[in-house]
Amino acid sequence: MLLIPCPWCGPREDDEFTFGGEADIPRPTDPDALTDEEWADYLFMRDNRRGRHREQWCHTAGCRRWFIVERDTATNQILGASTYDASP
Amino acid sequence: MSQPFRLNRGGRIDRHAPLQFTFDGRPIDAYNGDTVASGLLANGVTLVGRSFKYHRPRGIVSAGAEDPNAFVQLGHGARTLPNRLATVTPATPGLKVRHVNAWPSLEYDVMSAFGLVAPFIPAGFYYKTLMWPRRFWPLYEHFLRHAAGLGHAPDAPDPDRYDHVHAHCDVLVVGAGPAGLAAAHAAAHTGARVILADEQAEPGGILLSTCEHVDDQPGPNWADATVAKLSAAPNVTLLPNTTAFGLYESNLVLLAERLITDQPDHAGSEHGARIWRVLPKQIVLATGAHERPLLFGNNDRPGVMLAGAISTYVNRYAVAPGSRAVLFTNNDSAYRTALDLTDAGIPVAAIADVRSDPDGDLPSEARAQGIPVYPGAVVRHAHGGRRVAAAELCSLDGDPLGTVECDLLGVSGGFAPALHLHAQARGPSQWDPTLAAFAPKPGHGIHPAGAVAGELELAATLRQGTQAGATAAAAAGYSNGNEVEAPGANDSTQAPIQPYWLPPGNLARAKPQFVDLHEDVTLDDLRLSLREGYESIEHVKRYTTLGMGPDQGKLANPLATGVIAQLLGRDPASVGTPRHRPAYSPVSLGAIAGRHIGPLADPVRVTPMQEWHQVAGARFENVGQWRRAWYYPQPGESMHDAVARECLAVRRRVGILDYSTLGKIEVTGPDAGEFLDRVYTNAWKRLRPGRCRYGLMLGEDGMIFDDGVTARLDDQRYLMFTSTANAAPVLAWLEQWLQTEWPDLRVYLTSVSEHWSNIALAGPRSRDVLAAAGTDIRLARQDFPFMTFREGHVAGVPARVFRISFSGELSYEINVPADRARHVWEALVDAGRPLGITPYGTETMHVLRAEKGFIIVGQETDGSVTPNDVGLGRLISRRKDFLGKRSLSRPDSVRPDRKQLVGLLTDDPAQVLPEGGHVVDAPGPRRPLPMRGHVTSSYFSPVLGRSIALAMVAGGRATLGERLHVATLHDDRWLPVRSCNPVFYDPQGARQHV
Ligand SMILES: [Zn+2]
Repeated sequence: MLLIPCPWCGPREDDEFTFGGEADIPRPTDPDALTDEEWADYLFMRDNRRGRHREQWCHTAGCRRWFIVERDTATNQILGASTYDASP
Repeated sequence: MSQPFRLNRGGRIDRHAPLQFTFDGRPIDAYNGDTVASGLLANGVTLVGRSFKYHRPRGIVSAGAEDPNAFVQLGHGARTLPNRLATVTPATPGLKVRHVNAWPSLEYDVMSAFGLVAPFIPAGFYYKTLMWPRRFWPLYEHFLRHAAGLGHAPDAPDPDRYDHVHAHCDVLVVGAGPAGLAAAHAAAHTGARVILADEQAEPGGILLSTCEHVDDQPGPNWADATVAKLSAAPNVTLLPNTTAFGLYESNLVLLAERLITDQPDHAGSEHGARIWRVLPKQIVLATGAHERPLLFGNNDRPGVMLAGAISTYVNRYAVAPGSRAVLFTNNDSAYRTALDLTDAGIPVAAIADVRSDPDGDLPSEARAQGIPVYPGAVVRHAHGGRRVAAAELCSLDGDPLGTVECDLLGVSGGFAPALHLHAQARGPSQWDPTLAAFAPKPGHGIHPAGAVAGELELAATLRQGTQAGATAAAAAGYSNGNEVEAPGANDSTQAPIQPYWLPPGNLARAKPQFVDLHEDVTLDDLRLSLREGYESIEHVKRYTTLGMGPDQGKLANPLATGVIAQLLGRDPASVGTPRHRPAYSPVSLGAIAGRHIGPLADPVRVTPMQEWHQVAGARFENVGQWRRAWYYPQPGESMHDAVARECLAVRRRVGILDYSTLGKIEVTGPDAGEFLDRVYTNAWKRLRPGRCRYGLMLGEDGMIFDDGVTARLDDQRYLMFTSTANAAPVLAWLEQWLQTEWPDLRVYLTSVSEHWSNIALAGPRSRDVLAAAGTDIRLARQDFPFMTFREGHVAGVPARVFRISFSGELSYEINVPADRARHVWEALVDAGRPLGITPYGTETMHVLRAEKGFIIVGQETDGSVTPNDVGLGRLISRRKDFLGKRSLSRPDSVRPDRKQLVGLLTDDPAQVLPEGGHVVDAPGPRRPLPMRGHVTSSYFSPVLGRSIALAMVAGGRATLGERLHVATLHDDRWLPVRSCNPVFYDPQGARQHV
C-alpha cells in the first residue's frame, strides 16, 4: 500500500486515488504543426524512469483534485506532493 | 488411563479445568491451557500426520507456528478449518481434530505404499512429467491430487463473522516475548499509542517455556505482571491470538486476529477472525527465532523434536514428550533442555555434540548431573518406524559410538532469527557467524529486538527490548525523557555454536535426510537440483518446492542455506535465503474477504422506479453496478415474445423506458462552451440555449471514448449526457484536462446523475401521453422541435424535457428530481394506459437503436474505432482543434481498409447472426481464413420481420451489397450474408421529426 499525501486532504491510502501517468508532458499548443513522429512521441512515449519520478494522481474518492507526486520508482518511497499551481 | 505422559507438577495448565477434545474421533483428555499438540503428547499420541509426498508417518516437531508436520483439520461442517497447526491451537472442550493427508487412516495409509514401490520421487518430478510423456499426465495428476490432499474446505457457507479493522498507532510491537513485553512497556510509558500483537493465546513467549527469572521473579510471573500493567494502560491495545502475517509498503502491517468464543458449550474455540490493517508510525519487531533442525538418516521420525520445543512441553505444559531422550546439538541450548528433562525425571541417555570440547556453563552443569555427553559426535541415523526407537551415534569421522535406545530425539542446530517481517520491510540482513544465520543489519527504520536481532541471552534481550521501545516511541514523537529501566535477569555465557550443515563423509549417505519435512524435500533433492544447474536459492526452491508448504519453510530455509553453501563450497552469505513473502502463517480466505461478500461484494445501484419494475414482473440485467429492467414478460411470454411486443408498441403506439442510469454532468462557467469545443469533435459555442446536440468525445489517440447528447441550459450552463457505463470515467477525464492542462478555463463540473431521473417516452403517441399527464410545456411541433429542450412541469413536478431520440421515434426524455421520479413515472403510465403505453427494457432499447444504426460505445466500438470508422466523420470540425484530432490524420487512421460500420442481412431472414461472429469473404479450406471483421450487434427486428446485424468490416463501406459469410460459434457452419447500409429503418429520419 502507498500512503499518498493529498495536498488538500492529507495522507490517505492509495485505493482512494487514480494514477494519471507521468507529469510534465504538456499538450502541444499546435498539434497540426507536429510531424506524425512528434505527435506519437507526445502521445505514446514515456520515460519509465528508475528513481525520482514526477507523476499525476487524482484523489478520486476524496477531493477529486489532480496533483503531482514525486515518487522513487525503485523503492516506491514518496518524496513529496505538490499542486499544479506550485509546479514549475 | 488418562494422560500417562502428564507430569505431576508444574506447567501453566489449569489442573482444575479438565477438558476433552477428540482426535480422529478418539477422546483426548487435557487441561485448560493446553494446545492440541500438548494434549496429544500428554496422551502419548505422537503420530499426527502423513507427509505431503511420501506419506511417511510424522509427529509433532515444535511448539509453535514453525511446525512442518502438525497440520490438522479443526471442527466440522460449515465451521471446519483446514491447515491449522496443533501446536498453536488451544485445546478446547469438544473440539474435533482430524488428521489430514492420510487415507484411509493415519495408521494404515495406502499412500505410504508410494514410499515402498517408488521409494523417492526425485525433485523436479512434476515438471518432468508435465513435459514427457504428456499423455500420461492425467494419470499422474489423478494419483498426485489424491496423494496431496491437505485438508478440505467447508461444505456450506461459513456462519462466522469476519471483519476488517483499520487502525493507527505510534508503535506497533510484534511479538510478546521478553523483548516485545519490555518494548511495549517502555513505549507505553512515554504516552505513545501502542499495539502489542502476539500469535499465541497467552503473551510471554519463551518466558513461559523456561525456568529463567526476570526482576527476581519467575519469568512467567513477570510476564503476567507486565501484561496486567499493559492491559490497564489506556494507550495500549493488547492483541493475543493475533499473527502479524505481512508487512507492506508504507509499513502497513496486516494482523489476523482469531476470534475466540465464550459460548459455554465450546468456550475458547475459534469463531471467525478479524483482519487489522495497522499503519504504525514505528514498528518494534520482537518475532523471535526458530530453532534449526539437523540432518541425519530418518530425521523425520515421530519423536524427533526441536530441543527448545521439548523444554516448552516440559515447562509450560507439564508434558513429557517421551520417556527416554537423546539430544543432538551444535550449541549450548540443548543442555538447558537436558537439564529440564532431568528435573522432570525423564532420563537423558546421551547428548551428542558436534563440538569437540563443549565447556560452557550449561554443558558443565549437565555433566555434573551425570548426563553422558559425547563430544565431537553426531547422530548418524534414527531407528524406528512410527516412532523413533534408538539413535545411532558416531564420531564426525564416522566411527560408531553405539546405538542408544530412546523414544525422544531432541535436536538443536542453533537459532535463525524470524526475519519475515523485517525482510518484507526491505530491511537488510547480514550473515552473522556467531549465530550461523542471517540477522538484521542494525540501523534500519524498524526496530528489531531480542532473538530476531540475533540476541539469545535473556538479560540482553530485555535491555534491547526496552531500548527499542523507547527509541521507537521517540521516533514517533514521544521523547519526554520518561524512560524506564530495563528489567533485570541473570547474564549467562554460552560457548560458541559450531555450524553443522552437511553430515561429513559417508554420514551424508544415510537415507533419507529431510531438509523440508512438509514438502518432503531431501538432501538428495538439493543435490539433484544443484547438479542440474539450479544453484540460486530461488531456483532450488522452485525446482524442489523447498519452503513452499503452508509452514513457509520456517525450519527448512535456514537449514537449506547452510547445506547448499556447503555443497557448492561457497559462503552462506552469498547463498542467501528465499524471499520471505506474506503470509507468515496461513490466513483463512474468509478473513481476507471480510464483509466483502454476497450483496456487499459490490454496491448494487437501482433507480427510484426499481420497485415498480419488480411489481411489473421485469427481468433485470446488470449494467456495471446498475440493475436495469431488461424486459417485462407477460404470463406465458418468452423473452423473444416480450421484446417483440415491446418493440412493436414503441414503433406503433408508445413505450416508456427508465433511462435514469445515463450519466449526467453539468458543465457551468463562462468558458463552458470553449471547454466543450476542446473535448468534443464538433462545435458548441454557437449552440443556442434551449437546443441539444449529439457529441463525440475522443481520446488523444483519436479513438471514440464516449458519445451522447449535450443540451445548452442557458448562457453559461450545459448538461452533458454520457453513456451509463462511462459516467465516472468521463467526469474523471474532463476533470483531468481542466485541472492539469487548462486551469485558466473558468469551468465547473458537477455530476448530477443521481439527482435527476430520466424517463423516456418513445413512439408516435408519446406527445399525447405527455399532454395527458399534464404539463405546462407547449408541445406542438413548432413550439418544441426535435433536438431542443424545455423546462417546465410534468405531472406537477419541475422537469427538464429533451426532445431527443435513441429509438428513431418521436420521443421525449423527461428529467425530474429523483425523489419525485416514481410519481411522474406512474402518472405517465396512468395517462398512457388508454393509448396502450408499454414499459420497455434495455433489450428493446437495443433492438430499436440497432434498427436505426445508432452505435453503442463499447459494443460497436472497442477503443480502436475512429468517428469515420462508424460513419460519423461529419461530426469532425475542421475549424478548431479538439482532443484526438491530430491522431485522425495519422497514416493508420486514414487507411482505406480500416474496419467500418456496415449492416448485415442474412439470406435466411429468420437467422439471427451470433454477436462476435467472424466475418469472412468466403469459407474455404485455408486456415486461418483471412478475417474481414466481426458482428457487433445482432437482433431479430419485429418491425422489419427479419434479422438485422451491425458489423465492423474492413473496407466495408466502399463495397456495400457484397457477399460475405459469418461463422457460427458452436458448430462449424458459415452463414451467407450481404452487407448493407447500417440504418435499417426509416433511413430519412422522418419519424423522429414529427
Ligand atoms: Zn484530497
